[in-house]
Amino acid sequence: MAAEMLSPWIVGAPALAGVAAMCLPSQARNAAAALAAGACLAVLAITITLVGAIEATGPVRQSLNWAPSLGLAITFRIDGLAWLFVVLIAAIGVLIAGYARGYMPADEPTPRFFAYLLGFTASMLGVVTSGNLLQLVVCWELTALFSFLLIGFWYGSQSARSAARQALLTTALGGLCLLAGVLVLGHIVGSYDLDAVLAAGPRLTAHALAPLALVAMLIGAFTKSAQFPFDSWLPRAMAAPTPVSAFLHSATLVKAGVFLLARFWTVFSGTDLWVWLVSGVGLTTMLLGAWRATRQDDIKALLAHSTLSHLGLITLLLGLGAPLAAFTAIFHLVNHAMFKAALFMTAGAVEHQTGTRSLAALGGLGRAMPVTAAVTLVAAGAMAGVPLLSGFVSKEMFFAQVAEAGGGNAAFVLAATAAGALSVTYALRLFASVFLGKTSAAAKQAHEAPALLWGPPGVLAAGCLLVGVAPAFFMGRALDLAAGDLLGGATSASKLVLWHGFGLPLAMSAAALLAGGAMWWAGRGWRAAPGAQSGRPLAERFAALTLALEDMVAPARLQRHVLMIFLGVLLAVGVSTRWSGWDLRPPREPPDFAFALLWAAGMACAIGAAVFARARRVAGVVLTGGAGLVTAVTFTWFSAPDLAITQLLVEIVTTILLLLGLRWLPLEDRARHAARSGGFVRGRDALIAATLGLGASFLAYGVMTYPTPAAISRYFLEHAYAGAGGRNAVNVILVDFRGFDTLGEITVVAVVALSVVALLRGFRPAAEAVRPMPAQESQSEARRASAKRVMLVPGLIIQLMFPMIVLFGLHLFLRGHDLPGGGFAGGVTISAAILLLYMALGVRKAEARLRIAPGRWIALGLLLATLTGVGAMLFGQPFLTSAFSYLKLGELPPAPMASALIFDLGVMLLVIGATSAMLVAIAHQSQRRPRGERDGEAK
Amino acid sequence: MELVLSLGIGVLVGCGVWLMLRSRTFQVIIGLSLCSYAVNLFIAATGGLKIGRDPVLASGAVNPEAYADPLPQALVLTAIVIGFATTALLLVVVMAARGLTGGDQVDGGGPKDDQK
Repeated sequence: MAAEMLSPWIVGAPALAGVAAMCLPSQARNAAAALAAGACLAVLAITITLVGAIEATGPVRQSLNWAPSLGLAITFRIDGLAWLFVVLIAAIGVLIAGYARGYMPADEPTPRFFAYLLGFTASMLGVVTSGNLLQLVVCWELTALFSFLLIGFWYGSQSARSAARQALLTTALGGLCLLAGVLVLGHIVGSYDLDAVLAAGPRLTAHALAPLALVAMLIGAFTKSAQFPFDSWLPRAMAAPTPVSAFLHSATLVKAGVFLLARFWTVFSGTDLWVWLVSGVGLTTMLLGAWRATRQDDIKALLAHSTLSHLGLITLLLGLGAPLAAFTAIFHLVNHAMFKAALFMTAGAVEHQTGTRSLAALGGLGRAMPVTAAVTLVAAGAMAGVPLLSGFVSKEMFFAQVAEAGGGNAAFVLAATAAGALSVTYALRLFASVFLGKTSAAAKQAHEAPALLWGPPGVLAAGCLLVGVAPAFFMGRALDLAAGDLLGGATSASKLVLWHGFGLPLAMSAAALLAGGAMWWAGRGWRAAPGAQSGRPLAERFAALTLALEDMVAPARLQRHVLMIFLGVLLAVGVSTRWSGWDLRPPREPPDFAFALLWAAGMACAIGAAVFARARRVAGVVLTGGAGLVTAVTFTWFSAPDLAITQLLVEIVTTILLLLGLRWLPLEDRARHAARSGGFVRGRDALIAATLGLGASFLAYGVMTYPTPAAISRYFLEHAYAGAGGRNAVNVILVDFRGFDTLGEITVVAVVALSVVALLRGFRPAAEAVRPMPAQESQSEARRASAKRVMLVPGLIIQLMFPMIVLFGLHLFLRGHDLPGGGFAGGVTISAAILLLYMALGVRKAEARLRIAPGRWIALGLLLATLTGVGAMLFGQPFLTSAFSYLKLGELPPAPMASALIFDLGVMLLVIGATSAMLVAIAHQSQRRPRGERDGEAK
Repeated sequence: MELVLSLGIGVLVGCGVWLMLRSRTFQVIIGLSLCSYAVNLFIAATGGLKIGRDPVLASGAVNPEAYADPLPQALVLTAIVIGFATTALLLVVVMAARGLTGGDQVDGGGPKDDQK
């Protein structure tokens, strides 16, 4: 069916739009906003075409094979519940796109913001449409990642950074718990397919491991929905730009946890564990959040705590285990998304116009911003549960459910009424403090917000009104689709009514309204201290605990980190050798005196490097090079000429690089005064180093004397010539058999080179590194001029050698398929030639003769290598299949022409580009002005 | 032979680890280089030490016993190149850190921090 074919685009459209937004120039605010709105509209359109199919035949499924041999497929499964969420996310997404366009300051990189927002939308839609549990977990973690980027969007602010980190840490840890739970579920059911898991029913819940899976998954859901005791990240996340809060913290991210609860409601809701845990956590969060919300000064903090409270309410409803309660939960979830997103948006509009979010500093804004005030009034009324607004209907159903589930238990009824009353109080407080009362200083200058800031929340407020007046008409069909089967045959129209008759629920509603109003009246003179976080000792303690945990896992001090890694390695290797039970065998090759001598030199070099690397660093570099040479010779000794060539060339380039870099590090004499590590630290490190060295020796000896199974290598040797037309098996493995791996590796090299260039772009050398040496200063002009000519003879030689070296590099490359050499070696050789030219002539002269654009080389190389792979696909072969034939040119012997050669050419171009990009970037530093000097002053 | 080479690998690892635990950034770079030599040698040695084998295939039928093991070699070849790239990256990070903190201590602090 056509509609089913479109379902992958529900995730695909925003993902693609996000990539496109990333590519936009940073001023393209309108284009980025249009992309975001367009993608969300497309999702809405697709979803609406699916209604008929879902109503007629149940869930719509579409699978894309991913790794069929492993039984893995990407499955999109859209049932009623998922459908409702998709509509909610996409509809609010459209409004947020417009709102963010109006909200984000003009000088921000707004397209990047929209790219993150779209990435988040795609992953959130991925969560709700996943038909496979593992896919769900992956999307779940992606939402955590994107929310990290969005909360920390203003990364200049310390609070945004720490809030982003805490949110990531909490929700990602929860995600890991969810993964664990899903793995256990998959183990019990025998499949990760959602349909299979949902159909497992009693077989699942009766299993001994089911409670484990349930608790792990609940932790995942509670962290995401910021349920107690994982609630502290959400109020902190208010450091995010307001569109993010409106989208993530009202309608989407935090609803993912509730979605998960609703998703598995049919499976688990009957178990005692579920009822106690979910309803208990929900009740606690509802009351705590509501109480704290009344005590905030920051508008967004108030809204964040009220979000906690409403999420707690929804969780509580889901935890009650009654079908009608779950139905109410889903209804309230939609209502909450609408009014809370609207409230966040108007809060952002107020901040945008007045520059503050503090309730104490605001007041009397109603005259200056009448439209915003009206929108806020409607949305806040819906939040408080005022009749004829959407919140009233769902809240009354909530009261009815609680009264029923509690069996008339007074404490239960009281708790629910209290939460309702508190929400009336904070809604009143929010509206009255901002828009009523004396005109504050902040309100005097304020004007009505631009239409983009009140329009989108206005749409949502209108929705609240419509649903409040005629709930069955506007929400009936959607709720039937999403949760109709919970009603046991009845249609939602019979439940979604304004007038439930006289009874306990109505009394609770009235009591809540009256008590809430009275509480607000009593406390209206009270002001929270501006900026006060209010007394949340428990939450603060939990926040401190998460950060302490982070410090333990990832200490801020790198040195300690390195130490822990080594200790970990020691432990792991020690433990595994302890139980593997291997014995020492006699050596297989007789000792050779020359080889021993070589390694005596090698070890002396290594020890020397270790000693000198601190105070005599040039000596350290030279000695490291010595150890590298010994390594290269060892490779030759053991029949690995390819390695020897590459090692030697890389050695040269690395040494030059280190020498170039040395210039930008502090001088040696200063270091001599720097304190050396204490005796204990040195002793401890020496012990660790010696133990690891000894361990490595044992391990290496064991491996070398162990009889080698030649199972895989035999295949490569036998097929290198027959199958790939090459006699150098190493090169054939690289460019043909394992070409895909090589493609990955050169991509890494390219990424590293680009990172180097990016890191150095903003780098300014320290002033003293550029100042001439004292000795140089005293020299006369004439001597300095002669000093410039010091490199004259080597410079000439290098210029003459340059073409030869390039030629040699090409030779290494061309013969690579049959003789030692290849793209890597050729590329490094040519970049060494370029480097020598730079050294001999200096940056300016060298660039006057040779214009190299390393970026293009990198791109060309990567493109060529990839296209070779794609080319094979054009011939109906798998990616990167190599073809070869023999090329006969006149009287010359036939030259083998493998398509792998083109691949290797790509490798070579990329290596040249990457190496010279790094070296040139470092070399260019000498052209820069030091820090502290302003442009113009230096001239 | 095995004894000599394994001793060499051990010394390289020991020196490398010692340097990586030091407090100045340059020492860490050198330490990383030494460790990567050791690791490359180790991987290459997993194919067994083959002295005087032909690395290039002759014409005709192939007798795998007569050749050095190409698989570890291919692994090490890319490892060498990647090792170079990471060394360069580390060097540049160190340079940038110097620009930010003004010093060359691993943890960015002055000599005081080093005492720990």
